[in-house]
Amino acid sequence: MTVFIIRRLMQSVLVVFVMSFLVFGGVNLVGDPVEMMVSDEADQEERERVIKSMGLDKPWYVQYGLFVTNAVQGDLGKSFVYGEQALGIIVHRMPATFELALAALLMAVVIGIPLGVFAGLRPEARTSKVIMTGSILGFSLPTFWVGLMFIMIFAVMLGWLPSTGRGETVPLMGISVSFLTMDGLAHLLLPAVNLALFKISLVIRLARAGTREIVHQDYIKFARAKGLTTQRVIMVHLMKNIMIPVVTVLGLEFGGLIAFSVVTETVFAWPGMGKLIIDSIQGLDRPVIVAYLMIIVMVFVVINLLVDVLYSILDPRVRLQDVKG
Amino acid sequence: MNTVAEHVAPVAGLPEAEIKVETPFRRFAAAFLDSKVATVALVVLGILIFMAVFASLISPTNPYDLAKVSIMDSKMPPGSASLDGMTFWLGTDGAGRDLVSAMIYGLRISLGVGVMSGIVAMAIGASVGLIAAYFGGRTENFIMRIVDIQLSFPSILVALILLAVLGKGVDKIIIALIIVQWAYYARTVRGSALVERNKEYIEAATCLAIGHKRILFRHLLPNCLPPLIVVGTIQTAHAISLEATLSFLGVGLPVSEPSLGLLISNGFDYMLSGKYWISFFPGVALLVTIVSINLVGDQLRDVLNPRLER
Amino acid sequence: MNVTGNGDQPTLSVQNLETHFFTKEGVAKAVDNVSFDVDKGEIMGLVGESGSGKSVTGFSIIGLVDPPGEVVGGKVLFKGEDIAGWDDEAMQRLRGNRIAMIFQDPMMTLNPVLRVDTQMIETILAHDKSVSKDDARQRSRDALGQVGIPSPDERLKAYPHQFSGGMRQRCAIAIALLNKPDLIIADEPTTALDVTIQGQILYEAQKLCRETGTALIWITHDLAVVAGLADKISVMYAGRIVEQGDLDDVLDHAVHPYTRGLLGSVPGHNTRGQRLYQIPGMTPSLVKLPAGCAFKERCPNADEACGAEPQITQPVVDRNVRCFHPQMQEAAE
Repeated sequence: MTVFIIRRLMQSVLVVFVMSFLVFGGVNLVGDPVEMMVSDEADQEERERVIKSMGLDKPWYVQYGLFVTNAVQGDLGKSFVYGEQALGIIVHRMPATFELALAALLMAVVIGIPLGVFAGLRPEARTSKVIMTGSILGFSLPTFWVGLMFIMIFAVMLGWLPSTGRGETVPLMGISVSFLTMDGLAHLLLPAVNLALFKISLVIRLARAGTREIVHQDYIKFARAKGLTTQRVIMVHLMKNIMIPVVTVLGLEFGGLIAFSVVTETVFAWPGMGKLIIDSIQGLDRPVIVAYLMIIVMVFVVINLLVDVLYSILDPRVRLQDVKG
Repeated sequence: MNTVAEHVAPVAGLPEAEIKVETPFRRFAAAFLDSKVATVALVVLGILIFMAVFASLISPTNPYDLAKVSIMDSKMPPGSASLDGMTFWLGTDGAGRDLVSAMIYGLRISLGVGVMSGIVAMAIGASVGLIAAYFGGRTENFIMRIVDIQLSFPSILVALILLAVLGKGVDKIIIALIIVQWAYYARTVRGSALVERNKEYIEAATCLAIGHKRILFRHLLPNCLPPLIVVGTIQTAHAISLEATLSFLGVGLPVSEPSLGLLISNGFDYMLSGKYWISFFPGVALLVTIVSINLVGDQLRDVLNPRLER
Repeated sequence: MNVTGNGDQPTLSVQNLETHFFTKEGVAKAVDNVSFDVDKGEIMGLVGESGSGKSVTGFSIIGLVDPPGEVVGGKVLFKGEDIAGWDDEAMQRLRGNRIAMIFQDPMMTLNPVLRVDTQMIETILAHDKSVSKDDARQRSRDALGQVGIPSPDERLKAYPHQFSGGMRQRCAIAIALLNKPDLIIADEPTTALDVTIQGQILYEAQKLCRETGTALIWITHDLAVVAGLADKISVMYAGRIVEQGDLDDVLDHAVHPYTRGLLGSVPGHNTRGQRLYQIPGMTPSLVKLPAGCAFKERCPNADEACGAEPQITQPVVDRNVRCFHPQMQEAAE
């Protein structure tokens, strides 16, 4: 098991390096950074000064080297727009995004799995057909439009929930979270559901497909032949087998949640990383863009690693094979 | 028996038939039309494509003709009449454009961009996938490694990164969409090509010293078509949705050629003051387009995949 | 029919059982008017090729026939009570408890993601909630030892994929025995195992039934397996019983042309160098059975009489045959 983890860790580090190079290359070499920094009237001297101060006169590999050394120390440059450390700005907004993403993930699991398993066990029932059609709608509907509709219906027309922003926050282990307050929950509900919609549909379809496959397996029939209650057969024998593909996909999709939060955060004006990156792309705030991308890459790599480990825990066939090999 | 001639037909995955007059295509069509939902979706899709292609003929006004558009007409609710007696069936947007016209043209752009990028991505992805599966070894590993890495990042992120680097413009969007999509096609085609590669008819073709290119395109590819078609429909829907999202976020198509996404985005500001139609109707159009494509793709998948016949 | 001659009621009495599969292509009568008895401690071999309906018969008895199949007629008298119409909840109390089943493929019979002890303990606890987990574990351990699995304590904590095929099947047998059932239905349990293991398991099965009085139905396509094991035999073809009787009697003097064909095609019956006998033709599809005798297309003795459906007759004492022309003479060599 340890060998496995170490091997994956090394792969992850490699990926991070490659991505850092790509990000650096892409953002710094394509497009002219100087143009963004100086006004149009600046003369040659002014430009030279800016170029020197940003180290743009040095060859690219030196620039990259500097980039990496700084990055490792946590310095990913200063935001053009905010004037502060890019990394710091992003980290400051991370909790909001993670809170949203985790809430959506939770909903996807809690709502998606039971519905999917039901649809898989009784594929001919009308409820199942409704669920499946609903799931197609769920991943066809563009997230941003659904968000708009939510706001329109629940906030403007019905007035039940607030339309934008994050609610009251409370510090939890040093991080400010909003789900512990009623106001926070009210603000969290719509965006979380919005973000979760796509994932719920995905989980429903996965759970249903998995259930349909598993239900016909010999070991399920054998479990029934042992006289186990239907409840136990489903909750233990079936569930444990379904969890493997579901968890794997969900884990990988969590990264997607974080990425997609870009849309939800924009619609609901949720103060997370997503909104930041959109503003930064539009405002050409390169350091923030670079910092965001690096962080995202790190998050992804960590998630992939965790999912691999989790997968091997859930499926003993994988885990024990690795020990032998 | 997998003879080469049989597999030029696109739906070779179906079981051998007794000698009936039924062709594989007719059987496929019958199976497809078995689902009423999918049939309706197909018809709707046909209508939408028709509207998009003949936009200039169908649309009541040309929303880009600045001479005809008057700010006096702006933000009028559905059903109201304009100064010169035309009815705005779905209302007008913030600049005074008739929403129906704007939507039809927007549909054309959304569909056009989505389909075009899809086709190019399919061509590139399928070729790469075929090559990877056929030549195997290091080539395959290298290619699939790239594919896997790209696919482990969500498409919206890849698109954002690309756009941050490339900047704005229609061509940049299309390039970004192509780059986002090719990997899915590559992986799908490689998967089915791998299965086909080991079948005997490929061995036979190789023995006959038919050139690589010919084997790839005339023998291998037709058999990989079924899953490719399914992925194609679903990916196209995805591309259309992605473009709309990007336009909505403001990093997509430029304002001069508004797709449905941009129309929705324009209407966003007016929503809180109750002028919902500016965002609502384009959204419905987008929705209907994507859902129809997905429903058709779903039924295609059920029909073309024999394994699910339980 | 009570071959062992004692006066108790049979553990299992299947009477005119009908199980039909309702498919798009038509109705397949997988179990068509099947009847047999199995007494306490008796072993019955249910023999037939794939598609003969033998496995479905087993599933019909234990109530695990899944749609589109359904038990549509007949009785299944288990210890005198007709369980054919019982609902799932009532059957759950019998399954794994008084009636146990062993499947063919040990690879997929055990749930790969659950530990062996979990899968054994749950069988005990499902039927007797008063047993403590430790007691259940102890019983599981003993059961594993009983079927000849070494170091049972470690094996309990293992996962199924860590066992070999033979051990997995023994494990499945151990599970079947946990609650000391009155009837075991074994569906081709040794088909997937190699011959030496098969021999051991057969021997132990026989010993077990004699000692504990458990009735056993051994479903197989392999006559050789049945020959050394069973007390009586029922031969099935196309969903129907075609010959039934005491094992030795049937093997020595088979009367139905199909049984004779089966016996004739067992290697060892021929002299060296001679072609193995093969019954010509193929099993008919159950949806498109010919009218009359199902075997007539392949039978060397068929004539116009065979256009009607033959019923069970008894050309000899204690032997049931479904044939218009039972072959009373010795088999030609």
